[in-house]
Amino acid sequence: MAAMTDESFSGDVASQPAIRLRGIRNAFGTQVVHDQLDLDVRRGEVLGVVGGSGTGKSVLLRTIIGLQIPAAGEIELLGERIEAGRGEMPTRKLQGRFGMMFQDGALFSSLTVAQNIMAPMRERGGIPKLLMRELALLKINMVGLPPNAADKFPSQLSGGMRKRASLARALALDPQVVFLDEPTAGLDPIGASNFDMLIRDLQSSLNLTVVMVTHDLDSLVAICDRIAVLLDKQVTVGTMQELVANPHPWIQEYFHGPRARAAFETPGLKG
Amino acid sequence: MGFSGTGDVPGDNHHADRFIPVSLDWGEQDVAAAVETSLSITEAGGELRVGIAGPLTVEAAARLDRQFRQAVKASPRQVVIDAAEVTALDSAGAWVLRRTSEAFSGRGIDVRLDGLQSEFEALLEKAFIPDPDVPTDEDRPNPLIVITARAGKAMFDMAHVGRDLFGFFGLTIVSLLALLTGRTKLRFVALVSQLEYVGLNAVGIVALLCFLVGVVLAYMGSLQLERFGAAILTVNLVGVSVLREIGVLLTAIIVAGRSGSAFTAQIGTMKVNQEVDALETLGLSPVDVLVIPRLIALFIALPILVFIGDIAGLAGGAMISVLTLDLTIQQFLTQLRGAVDFWDFGTGMLKAPVFAYVIAVVGCHQGLKVSGSAESVGFRTTKAVVESIFIVIVLDALFAVFFAEIGI
Ligand SMILES: Nc1ncnc2c1ncn2[C@@H]1O[C@H](COP(=O)(O)OP(=O)(O)OP(=O)(O)O)[C@@H](O)[C@H]1O
Ligand SMILES: [Mg+2]
Repeated sequence: MAAMTDESFSGDVASQPAIRLRGIRNAFGTQVVHDQLDLDVRRGEVLGVVGGSGTGKSVLLRTIIGLQIPAAGEIELLGERIEAGRGEMPTRKLQGRFGMMFQDGALFSSLTVAQNIMAPMRERGGIPKLLMRELALLKINMVGLPPNAADKFPSQLSGGMRKRASLARALALDPQVVFLDEPTAGLDPIGASNFDMLIRDLQSSLNLTVVMVTHDLDSLVAICDRIAVLLDKQVTVGTMQELVANPHPWIQEYFHGPRARAAFETPGLKG
Repeated sequence: MGFSGTGDVPGDNHHADRFIPVSLDWGEQDVAAAVETSLSITEAGGELRVGIAGPLTVEAAARLDRQFRQAVKASPRQVVIDAAEVTALDSAGAWVLRRTSEAFSGRGIDVRLDGLQSEFEALLEKAFIPDPDVPTDEDRPNPLIVITARAGKAMFDMAHVGRDLFGFFGLTIVSLLALLTGRTKLRFVALVSQLEYVGLNAVGIVALLCFLVGVVLAYMGSLQLERFGAAILTVNLVGVSVLREIGVLLTAIIVAGRSGSAFTAQIGTMKVNQEVDALETLGLSPVDVLVIPRLIALFIALPILVFIGDIAGLAGGAMISVLTLDLTIQQFLTQLRGAVDFWDFGTGMLKAPVFAYVIAVVGCHQGLKVSGSAESVGFRTTKAVVESIFIVIVLDALFAVFFAEIGI
């Protein structure tokens, strides 16, 4: 791992974007999901990704972390090119440096919650067993699960609890980049806003880069530095202010609908 | 504040040997900065100073964990944790800091945390475990009790499996009756696709294996029988054993391994994905939708496969007879006709539908018993195969006794 770090970051690290996508094209059969998609995610920012259902948000995340091989285009994650490897998962060399929370959890069903969270730590190696257990309990508490969830199996959890457990696993090693696919969907509003604050705290102390698919306008307002809108197979990126001023009809509807207005008017959320 | 540099200079005090440099070789955020984290613990005048310098992230926390745990065993009058030189903090680091500080304060020792950068404070706030009494992996009960309990549980499980299987058997009968009386409709598409899978696709493997066993049987038989000058009886041996036992038993075992396991895995995966629950909410019975088509498919397919297996086994025997006994095909067939009667073939074919029923019922039953996890699917699949082969062989033995008694 050390060798990799030394080689790939010989340039000036800070100015490199954490993620760089150029000319991405994704298609399933005849259905084109992304075409000529460019995206830069800056280091240490929280980028919200929004778009209608089926516009390819999940596919975009899968593409960035190398689970979905695009038909064309280039991807750089933390300065590493993500390519379809010869037998090796492209994400292998970035092990432990990014975390992904899948839309439907994807917890290991034969492991308990604590073991799920410990799985990335085990792979990473070198962490004493007792500390691993403590860190797992810590993460369980951080994401707002009750302590007795630690030794339950995923099938014994509620839908929202599975979500939290999955988030805890994604955060297990405090990775530099976290991908979250609709993290607050299915959480109660208090839990959702606690989660927002958690991301904010981690982000500020770890300089975390977060890419977060969300339909939760409160989250967008509260914690996202910039927002990427998936439209017409491409992304439009901007701050909340810029997007609110964007004339595109979908964006207008999104940011000026009744729900959006409610989110903007709630005092005390911003910042 | 007057604590900068405490303990950082080796030789400054007699605790210099506790100076532990840690190299951080992962995570590029630390590459530009110094990649060493050091922990220094010094005690002077009843005051314990814990000085941390460098990034306190999971790497450092892992390496220094033992030292931190060691440090809290001391009982000073007061503790100062000097975190002014902590350049990065993640939740693992925050936890270790907090755990250390609370280990002292919990014993009534005064703890002061100095100099932690303000942006790390929010994280430190979050880093706590509300109920540290959660049982850990260490809490294992007495192994003797565990073993005894396990044996007892296994006995109960066995009884329960028998009872459940019997109940499920009844359920399929009810479903079949409902089908016969026209109260439910047969799912024809599902039946045809299952027939293709359990029947047509299995023809090759069944024929090949039965052929090979026929070959082996004839070859070994002829070697032994030649000694009595009765090599021609090889044909009788092959004919009777293939038709009565080998054909049907071998085919049933292949099908149990191939299709019975598939039934369990298919239905079990649907169970994991809550598809079975979804079916029930639609007012459909999983037995009607999932089990009956598989059951009927196997009911039709297995006798046909057994017939094919019989032919293949005899063909294997014929090949050896021609090659090693210098018989012609014609002579082989004449001898065979004299050796076997209809009931040799009939008993084999009679057993086939019974075995089909057993394999399908056991496979589907285990599938529906899957709970929650992917592991459970694998466990149930293994169980289905073992259980169905076991029952098939037991039934085969019972059949042998029964046929002998009634004289066919
Ligand atoms: N493995 C696949 N095979 C075929 N098509 C796929 C596959 N994965 C996704 N798609 C298609 O790609 C499109 C984008 O899917 P994606 O899951 O990214 O949507 P999304 O933007 O995440 O939607 P949602 O907000 O509902 O989660 C959809 O039309 C979907 O049908
Ligand atoms: Mg999605």
